[in-house]
Amino acid sequence: MSNVKKLTGKRLFLPIFCMILVMMVNIVYDVANGNFALNFFTISIRNGVLYGRLIDVLNRGSEVAILAIGMTLVVSSSAGTDISVGSVMSLSACMCCMLLAGYGVSSTNDLAVPLIVGILGGLVIACVCGCFNGFLVAYLGVQPMVATLILYSAARAIGLLLCNNLIVYVRNDAYKFFGGYLGFIPTPIVIAAICIAVMAVLLKKTALGLYVQSVGINKKASRIAGLNSSRIILICYIICGLCAGIAGIVSSSRIYSADSNNIGLNYEMDAILAVALGGNSLGGGKFSLAGSIIGAYTIQAITTTMYAMGVSTSVAPVFKAIIVIIIVSIQAPPFKAYLRKRSAKKQLAKGVE
Amino acid sequence: MENNVVLTMRGISMTFPGVKALDNVDFTLRKGEIHALMGENGAGKSTLIKCLTGINAFEAGEIHVDGIDGAVVNHSTLDAQNKGISTVYQEVNLCPNLSVAENLFIGREPMTRFGAIDWKTMVKKSQKIVDDLDMKVDVTQNLEEYSLAMQQMIAIARAVDMECKVLILDEPTSSLDDNEVEKLFVLMRRLRDQGVGIIFVTHFLEQVYAVCDRITVLRNGQLVGEYPIAELPRVKLVAAMMGKDFDDLAAIKTDEAKDFTNAPVEIDAKGLSHAGTIKPFDLVIHKGEVVGLTGLLGSGRSELARVIYGADKAQTGTLKVDGKEVKINAPIDAMQLGMGLLPDDRKAEGIIEDLSIRENIILALQAKRGMFKLLSMSEQNRIADEYIKTLQIKTPSRETLIKQLSGGNQQKVILGRWLATDPDFLILDEPTRGIDVGTKTEIQKLVLQLADEGKSIIFISSEIEEMLRTCSKMEVLRDGAKVGEITENLTQENVMKAIAGGGSDE
Amino acid sequence: MKRKKMNSNTLLLLITIALFVVMYAIGCIIYGSKGFSHFQTFLNILITNSGLLCVAAGMTCVMLTGGIDISVGALIAMDCMFLAVGIDRWGWNSIMLCVLVLVIGLVFGFVQGFLVGYLEIQPFIVSMAGMFFARGMTAVICTDQVSISSGLFKDIAGIKIYMPFNIGAYTNSKGVLQVPYIRVHVVIALIVLVVIFLMLRYTKFGRSLYAVGGNEISATMMGLDVKKTKLKAYMLSSFVCSIGGICYCMNTLTGSVQQATGLEMDAISSAVIGGTLLTGGVGNVIGSFFGVLINGTISTLVKTNGKLLSSWSNIAVAALLCFFIVLQSIFALLKARKK
Repeated sequence: MSNVKKLTGKRLFLPIFCMILVMMVNIVYDVANGNFALNFFTISIRNGVLYGRLIDVLNRGSEVAILAIGMTLVVSSSAGTDISVGSVMSLSACMCCMLLAGYGVSSTNDLAVPLIVGILGGLVIACVCGCFNGFLVAYLGVQPMVATLILYSAARAIGLLLCNNLIVYVRNDAYKFFGGYLGFIPTPIVIAAICIAVMAVLLKKTALGLYVQSVGINKKASRIAGLNSSRIILICYIICGLCAGIAGIVSSSRIYSADSNNIGLNYEMDAILAVALGGNSLGGGKFSLAGSIIGAYTIQAITTTMYAMGVSTSVAPVFKAIIVIIIVSIQAPPFKAYLRKRSAKKQLAKGVE
Repeated sequence: MENNVVLTMRGISMTFPGVKALDNVDFTLRKGEIHALMGENGAGKSTLIKCLTGINAFEAGEIHVDGIDGAVVNHSTLDAQNKGISTVYQEVNLCPNLSVAENLFIGREPMTRFGAIDWKTMVKKSQKIVDDLDMKVDVTQNLEEYSLAMQQMIAIARAVDMECKVLILDEPTSSLDDNEVEKLFVLMRRLRDQGVGIIFVTHFLEQVYAVCDRITVLRNGQLVGEYPIAELPRVKLVAAMMGKDFDDLAAIKTDEAKDFTNAPVEIDAKGLSHAGTIKPFDLVIHKGEVVGLTGLLGSGRSELARVIYGADKAQTGTLKVDGKEVKINAPIDAMQLGMGLLPDDRKAEGIIEDLSIRENIILALQAKRGMFKLLSMSEQNRIADEYIKTLQIKTPSRETLIKQLSGGNQQKVILGRWLATDPDFLILDEPTRGIDVGTKTEIQKLVLQLADEGKSIIFISSEIEEMLRTCSKMEVLRDGAKVGEITENLTQENVMKAIAGGGSDE
Repeated sequence: MKRKKMNSNTLLLLITIALFVVMYAIGCIIYGSKGFSHFQTFLNILITNSGLLCVAAGMTCVMLTGGIDISVGALIAMDCMFLAVGIDRWGWNSIMLCVLVLVIGLVFGFVQGFLVGYLEIQPFIVSMAGMFFARGMTAVICTDQVSISSGLFKDIAGIKIYMPFNIGAYTNSKGVLQVPYIRVHVVIALIVLVVIFLMLRYTKFGRSLYAVGGNEISATMMGLDVKKTKLKAYMLSSFVCSIGGICYCMNTLTGSVQQATGLEMDAISSAVIGGTLLTGGVGNVIGSFFGVLINGTISTLVKTNGKLLSSWSNIAVAALLCFFIVLQSIFALLKARKK
């Protein structure tokens, strides 16, 4: 009994447990359908590139994983969520494609400007968005959700304007690379890995992690201890914006176009869910990057599994919604208090016996 | 129960983890009296009030209320309210976004025949209530349009209109000016004459003598006594509150009085002020000197320290550190100049509760170094271990979360946080509050040791004894202004006289 | 002292109304030749936005408690799809379907309200899950775009209610007298607005919404049941939203999965522009009504222009939203400084 408690008390218990659960579901499903039991894990090489459901999860999950990095910081430092990340993804993709194709051009094979200019353009505008959000939250004291609501509705529209209401295609191999393959590995996996690595190094080698958690737990005490709480929150939002920008470019590169209305659609939900699933409290404070990352891939695994089972893209949100509610309900203080009361009563009853 | 007694509390006891918050306390309130409940921080005033209003559950004792048979146990403030015990706090518990009339009547609005709220009647009735109390209020205006004092009076009006027998005023005057206080007193006297029993919790001595009939003093969770106001002059009251318990704390201070007039000046403040809390003051602190800031709670002793440190930004005046004029906009600026502040509210401003002891200790040092110069893990461990050892912090490991420690050990961790930054000037605001006697001695010794090492220290405490032992100079504050400086003849009596102020020389 | 002082909330509302008048006047001057100045244009704004009007009214109630409900757009899509499929594919009775839609709304709101009120989960997270749930359920019902091609529902939706006494009538280029008209769903929406206005002003529940948003602790101290109030607020929001769904469906006569996306943002921005504070406790449906009108005017202006991209209306609304949020926080800061 106490061993079980020890295990469930571990920080990474929730995400890893969910991940394993999803894998089990896959195995059961495959067995039930008479497929090879470990179908989910089988990795093969077809047409010179890696192939398999697991690779698919890693590949498709890249954007959410990248978003989860930024979202983790935002949640931890400001006890709120950035709901504009999906729209910012779209804006950054539009900016990038517009620069690469030239304004008003709907399809191009040649790049109008060097690739790096387009990419940087996309990332810079994403950072500007993050800065805008962060300013409202940290310096004007607007609730995070409300502050980011502005860009949630505006960023996508601005992207459409940049693209002159067109879907801009950049049919250029150099651009396709980010959503394609690096050797035999899908590039998004590599990009996500790099982002995670950079963040991990940042957390390891600088005091960012300590600062963010400290501000998230107790803003006042952090200030007395010499931290500039507002600036730290601002930095978190800028990083979140940057992550959204990177995710947007990867997402757009996959379809070598900037489809303003569809890139990043509903990704904010997945990113927030990844953070929650990673065992991080949405009330801010302590965070675990590893948890969020595992959470992100778990969500993708759930999505992929559902598709594999024939659940349609548009129905999938129902299950996601149910999972979110279960997770946050378990974490809710009144629910925990209720459980404590019940177990106390049980103990009492035992004592009486 | 006596005829004119409206409330009796007998033998109330209650413990917080590790602390006996209330120990067999008695309290009696009579009809038509204003009864002051006095005591320093941690004396148990608010705990007693909370036991009465149902916020805290007490372990032993009985409460009797006039008109109710048997012992009364309240489970919530609402519960207490229904039994005729209303509380008005310093922070008004009304809705600022609603009109005055609604605040008076919410939950019991008059209704028309059609089941709709009868605004006309409500406004008329409310206007009568406030007019009867001589308050110049337009009840259709939102509550937030009125000053805090007026809001408080409206809260009182609500309580009275709900037919309360016991009215508890918990620090109602903390944020009011003299004029507003006087208006409040008029209202209080009027209610007293109507037969309401009023418990008045405050730390302003003048106000107690201006309006109260009787005083009950608590100290360290115990009842010191109940006195009619005429029998307890100011100095005696202060003595009763602060206590003269020459406990087992050894006389740790060396007798030879040091002379600091020739020592180099560390801090030289001229005309520093902060609107609303601190009137312009001058303060000089020499190297190696321990300066005590004394005065009752709310006199501005904490606020003064915070202005120097930049926790509250000074609005006027100049500050010289080490002879150089400096500008402090935020705590980090002060830290770069070698300052440190141990705040009085440990939970709200000291500890980062979900972080480990190690992280809490290195936080300030890390903030001083900047984000990109992370202390290596071995360095962090070394520093944490060093202070766990020198400060004798009792913990299973340095990775234990600080919230799991006892108050005293938490305080030591915060102290360690500042010592790790190797400060030249430390402000210790109530460093010994809520911690056991042994740890208190340790901290006092540490203060003297630090001073010997040449560090300057501001020491703030509610316990005069403690300050007498550690300080070489005392600054006395009252109502946000510096009213005196005691450098010679540092004795309990002198200090208490200075704190009590006017009317104390009899 | 007795003189009526104008507080910042009234000021915000006045700014909003003035903004609408100015915006509409400018529209009349610039696009008068394109028929913008006709009374019918104004009524068209009401007709196209009748669903939004209901939703904004419900949203206002939730926001008064300091919460938010972003599930409304998806809920409307679900209602529309249910109605469309029910009438067109299953051949169910229209009235029964409408009642069912309202019941679904109540249940939906109950679950959300329970999670927010009793489990104290952040409203945003709860309603986001609600949004995904409703959007997904829409797809479960049907993934095609379904039109209501016949039946009582369509007949009612088709009724034109002409203005009495030919108010605002004009003769068109062919010399035919055009009498301005509204539709049944506009009437429904206006009734909803009036009812909620009265409820907020004259019932205990209405006032407790304000009290809870003003200060939860105080509200508890004054004897209000905060949890229950929140539960009821979310039930009301979802219920009114379902009425809005019926109105919306009367206007579009279709159900599709992607319907009413972003409607929640329109409702929230309407409420905020109308002076409802995001922190709760302040606001009313009159403000939200004008907020919706401003929203509608902006998109009508952009449409009438014909050359501007439709995204301009999104950007304009977002910019307005930003303006009002900043204004609100400045007012809040000033108020805090005064104390």
